[in-house]
Amino acid sequence: MTTSTGHQRYFFEKFGLSERLLERCLGEALSAGGDYADLFFESVSATSIGIDESLVKSASQGVSAGCGIRVVSGERTGYAYTDNLSADRLLHAARTAALIASGPARQPVAGFTETQSPNLYPIPAADLDSDLNTKLNLVMRADRSARAYDTRIKQVRASYSDELKRILIAASDGTYASDTQPLARLNVFVLANDGQQTTRGTGGGGGRVDISYFLSEKTPEHFATEAARTAILQLGAVAAPAGEMEVVLGPGWPGVLLHEAVGHGLEADFNRKKTSAFAGLIGRQVASSKVTVVDNGTMPSRRGSLNVDDEGSPTQETVLIENGILKGYLSDKLSARLMNMPHTGNGRRESYQQIPMPRMTNTYMLAGDDAPEDILRSVKRGLYAVNFGGGSVDITSGKFVFSASEAYLIEDGKITAPVRDATLIGNGPEALKYVSMIGHDLQLDEGVGTCGKDGQSVPVGVGMPTIKLDRMTVGGTGQ
Amino acid sequence: MSSLTTEATTDLQQLATDIVTQARKAGATDAEVVIREGDEFSTTVRLGEVETLKESGSRGIGLRVFVGQRVASTSSSDFTEDGIRHLISGALGLASVTSEDPFVGLADAAEFGQVDFDLNLYHDDVYSLPTAERIEYARRCEAAAMSADTRIQNSDGGTFDAATGRKVFANSRGFVGEYLSSYCSVSTSPIAMSKNGEMQRDYWYSTARMLGKLDSPESVGAEAARRTLRRLDGRRIPTQRAPIVFAPEIARSLIGAIFEAANGDSIYRGASFFTGKLGEQVAAESINVIDDGTIVGGYGSSPFDGEGLPTRRKVIVENGVLKTYLLNTYTARKLNMQSTGNAVRGLAGNPGISSGNLYLEAGKLSPEEILREVESGFYVTELLGQGVNMVTGDYSRGASGLWIENGELTYPVQEVTVAGNLKDMFRNITAIGNDLDFRGSVASPTLRIDGMTIAGE
Repeated sequence: MTTSTGHQRYFFEKFGLSERLLERCLGEALSAGGDYADLFFESVSATSIGIDESLVKSASQGVSAGCGIRVVSGERTGYAYTDNLSADRLLHAARTAALIASGPARQPVAGFTETQSPNLYPIPAADLDSDLNTKLNLVMRADRSARAYDTRIKQVRASYSDELKRILIAASDGTYASDTQPLARLNVFVLANDGQQTTRGTGGGGGRVDISYFLSEKTPEHFATEAARTAILQLGAVAAPAGEMEVVLGPGWPGVLLHEAVGHGLEADFNRKKTSAFAGLIGRQVASSKVTVVDNGTMPSRRGSLNVDDEGSPTQETVLIENGILKGYLSDKLSARLMNMPHTGNGRRESYQQIPMPRMTNTYMLAGDDAPEDILRSVKRGLYAVNFGGGSVDITSGKFVFSASEAYLIEDGKITAPVRDATLIGNGPEALKYVSMIGHDLQLDEGVGTCGKDGQSVPVGVGMPTIKLDRMTVGGTGQ
Repeated sequence: MSSLTTEATTDLQQLATDIVTQARKAGATDAEVVIREGDEFSTTVRLGEVETLKESGSRGIGLRVFVGQRVASTSSSDFTEDGIRHLISGALGLASVTSEDPFVGLADAAEFGQVDFDLNLYHDDVYSLPTAERIEYARRCEAAAMSADTRIQNSDGGTFDAATGRKVFANSRGFVGEYLSSYCSVSTSPIAMSKNGEMQRDYWYSTARMLGKLDSPESVGAEAARRTLRRLDGRRIPTQRAPIVFAPEIARSLIGAIFEAANGDSIYRGASFFTGKLGEQVAAESINVIDDGTIVGGYGSSPFDGEGLPTRRKVIVENGVLKTYLLNTYTARKLNMQSTGNAVRGLAGNPGISSGNLYLEAGKLSPEEILREVESGFYVTELLGQGVNMVTGDYSRGASGLWIENGELTYPVQEVTVAGNLKDMFRNITAIGNDLDFRGSVASPTLRIDGMTIAGE
C-alpha cells in the first residue's frame, strides 16, 4: 500500500524539493499580487514496444520531469515552466509567471492541507522496465492471434505502451496533493487483402492498469481478434448510405457521440466566455427525456479516471444532463470561481508545460429499459454503427462529427450488409432530442480515448448503451 | 529572452558526439543522437484584456542504438551525467529484446550531408519585441476583428506566439550537424451572432519565420471577421452529387493525403492505394505535386533530414503520373530504392517519414474563374473530423462553406458531409487555381473536384 506521502517523498528525494521550497516558490509567484498560484511537478517514465511483420522492430523508453508554475489574477493567467527543478530555476519560473499581476505582494495561505483521495488504480509494484519480456510476449501473442484468424490477414502491427506519471501539486490556497498514475495500452492494427482489395482493422484498449490486466481480463488475443474481424468484415463492405436516416449506435465506444455532441460544449471555460452553443441553456431541454449523461472521474482503473485532477482537487461524478434537462458544467478552479458555480474537479492538463483547463474524464449515458434487439427491430431503413474512429466538434456552432469504422445497413429491422467508413454529422444541442430508445446494455469503451483541446491531449473514457436516434445525417456515397 | 546564443552550439554538438562515443564504448555497433532545445512565448488577449501569458523553455535528448541488426531508443530531459548513463544503458538493454532485421541500420556514410546554402530559417527578431508589444500584436488583431461588424460582440481571443528551437544531430558514421529555427504567429478567432441568436466562429492567422514578414494584425483580424460573418444563417442542403470547390486553406489537406498515399511506410506494407502505382496515372493530367525541403525560409525546410541526409526537391506527381514514393533509409531498403531525404524523428523511436514544403503547382485560373464555371455546387471553407481511410481511400468529412449558384457564391451551408474516394477525387480534379500561397509547410491553390456526394437533409 503506497500512501500519498510516498508520492511526495519521490519528488523530495529525487529532486531535492522541500515544503519550505514550495512555500518560497508560491511566495515568489504572488510577489506582484494575484489571486492564486500553484506549482505542478510532474515526472513521467514511459515504455513502448512494437511488433511489425512478426519482428520486434521498436523498443523505446523515455523519462521527463518538470514543473509548471501558474499565477491567476482575475481572469488573467501567467504561466512558466522549467525542466530543471533546482531552487534557482523554480524561483525564476515563479517570477516569470508573476509578471501577469501588478500590485502589492500577496501571501499564500500558511500551511498546506493534503487532499484526501481514494486509490482508484493500482500502482505497479515493479519498475516499468523490469518485465520487458512479459510486454514482448503480449505483442507476440497479438501478432500470432491476428494472423491465425484468417489467411487473408497480411500485415499485423501490435504495440504495448505504458507510462507512470507522478504528480505533486502545491497551491497558494493551501492545496497539497500528489498521485501516481499508471496508464497502459495494447494496440493492434491489421491489413486484410483478398487479392482484390485491401482493408484495415484496429483493436485496442487498456486503462489505469498494470500488465496483469492484459494477462487476465483483456488479452492480446481479444484485441487481435477484434482487429482481424473488422478488417475481414470490411472486405465485403458496400458503400455507406448518404442522407438523413434512423441511426442505431451500439454500446461502448460509440459514446464518443456524447463526448462530441454535448461533453465539450459543457466544459465551463466555453460557457464562461459564452462561446459554446450550450451557453445559457442550464435548466433547458437539450435531449429527449429518456437521456441522462454523467461525467465520472472516480471509476476504478478507467483510462479517464483520476484520484485527483491536475489542480489537486478530488474528481467526482457530475450529472450533465438529467432526463433531458441540462444540469451542469464541468469546471476547474478558475471557472468555478469566476462563474460562482460548483467546482467539479475537472481541471486537467497534458503536461507540466501546459495551463490546466476544464476537461472530461469518463463520460457516459445511463442505461434505459429497451432490449437491443427491439431497438434494431424497430428500424425500417437505417444505419447500425458499432465502432468509430473518432470525432470532432465546433463548440460555437455546435456542429459535430464522428466517423464510423464498423457499421451495417438495417433493412426492415434486420442487420444486412456491412458498409464502408462514413462520417455522421449533427448539431449538439439538437441531436440528442431525437433519441427515442435506450438499451439496458450500458458499456464503457475498452480504453482507447484520447481527447484533444487547444493542442493538449488527455486520456478519457466514454460509454453508452445501445440507442436509437430517429434522425441523423450519414455521410456516405450510396443511396 | 532567447537562450539560443551561438555560444551553446559547440557544447551541445560536443555532448551529442560524446554520447555517441560512449554508446559505442558500451557495446553499440552504431548510435545516433538528437538534442533539441527550445523557447516558447505565447499570449492570448480576449475582449481587449490579457488572458494568458506564457514564457518558458525546455530541452531533451534522444538516443538510438544499433547492436548488429537490432535497434532500440531512449529519450530524456535529464542532462546530468547520471541521466546520460541511464539513457545509454537503457537503450542497450532494450536492444537486447528487439529482433534482428536485415533492413535496420544507419544510412551509408556517403549519403550523409547538408544543403550547402543558408535556408534562412532563424531570425532572433521573433524575440526582439518587449512583452508589452507582443501583447499589443494580439490585442490589435482581436480588436480589428471585433470592430469589423456589430454582429461580432464576442471572441475566443487574439494570440501572438513566438518560438525558437535548436536541433543538434550526430551519429557514429561521422555526421554532425545542427540548425536553428524561429517562428512567430498572430491569429484571432471572432464569434458572430445572427439576429436569431445563432453563433458562428472562424479564424485567421499569419505565421512567419521573422517578425517583419508577419501580416499586419489588422489585416489578419479583418480577414477573420470576414470569414466568420459569411457563415451566419447557414442552411442545410438536400443530399446530392455536385461539383465541389475547395478553398486553398482546405485543399491543402488533400495534398497532404497525396503525401500520405506516397509515404514509403504505407507503400511497403501495401497499406496505401498508391502501392505498385509508380509510373501510373493517379491524378488528373494537370496535376503536379512537389515536395521540396530546400525552399529558402520555408516552413518545411531543413538542411538535413531526421537521419542526417540532405533534404532535396522531388516531383511526386507529374502530369498526374506518380513519379516517386517518399522514403527514409529503412523504407528505401525495404523497397530496394534510395532514401528521398524525408526521414523525420522525434526524441524517441525509429524515424518516420514527413514532407518538407509540399505543394500542388498553381494553375492558370483565378478562383473567380473557377467559381464562374459552376452552375450549382459547394464552395467548402471548413472540414470537420478525420474521416479519411488511407488504406481504401474512402473519404467522408463534415463540411461547411457557401453554395455556388450560377457561378456566384450565395448562402452559407453547414452541417453536411462531403464524401468520395481519394482515388477518384484526385482524378476528378477539373480546375486548379492560380492562388498558391504558403501559409504553412503544405499548400494548395483552389481546387474543383467533380463527382463527390454531399449528404444533408
